[in-house]
Amino acid sequence: MMESIPLEHGMIVAGILFCLGLIGVMTRRNVIFILMSLEIMLNAGGLAFIVAAARWQHADGQIMFLMILTLAAAEVAVGLGLIIQMFRRHHTVDISVLNQMKG
Amino acid sequence: MILLFYLASVIAIVSTVAVIVQSNIVHALIYLILSLLSVAVMFFTLGAPFAAMLEAIVYAGAIMVLFLFVIMMLNLGPATKEQERRWLPGSIWVLPAILAALLLLQLVSVLAGGPVEIAPVEVGVREVSVLLFGPYLLAVELASLLLLAALVGAYHLAKKGNR
Repeated sequence: MMESIPLEHGMIVAGILFCLGLIGVMTRRNVIFILMSLEIMLNAGGLAFIVAAARWQHADGQIMFLMILTLAAAEVAVGLGLIIQMFRRHHTVDISVLNQMKG
Repeated sequence: MILLFYLASVIAIVSTVAVIVQSNIVHALIYLILSLLSVAVMFFTLGAPFAAMLEAIVYAGAIMVLFLFVIMMLNLGPATKEQERRWLPGSIWVLPAILAALLLLQLVSVLAGGPVEIAPVEVGVREVSVLLFGPYLLAVELASLLLLAALVGAYHLAKKGNR
């Protein structure tokens, strides 16, 4: 077949996206940006699964992607609920105020 | 098709960089939607149209709208943009960038085993659904349970007057 993509290229794109998300998680102080960077990382994981599924031409990788999608949706719902609660208590989205939490 | 894959991956990487360096949160969110949509195009070129559709509908649609909703609810005005600028001096990026680059280098060196070509063959909705409601039925049930737990948890956490 003429049209073929090397497996490494797909995996490297997934790795680059994952590392960008990691940099975002490490540098940001705004908790909404941290949650967005976590989304980027989960999405990169899903991309790696899809690339591997395309390599072996199986549907199993797509099912794992579906599971990651479900996990991301659940995580975002709970995380955004926590952010709303945090904003109500501290009136900021700075994650470093959370070291003042007591019980 | 192969050109489309590389184009989409370049767009995804550039817009993800734009997300993590952006100080305006709504702009960052729109760049993130662009990144997710280009990843959906990559899925399509890799022969996974079902996953591409789900990426566009669930990720770029539902989850990002949830983010936008919360940003609007918190009413983060122009003051937060200045705050973001103050929180992100240039020097803060150095160490995380070096660490992530090392991690990426390791990944690339592991992958450099030899060329394995992917010849994209479309694996459509039918194959995925047959597996989903066959051997993976328990996983589907567990996923629905997880979503239910997240629903209840999010409702409880975001409820007014819950301190």
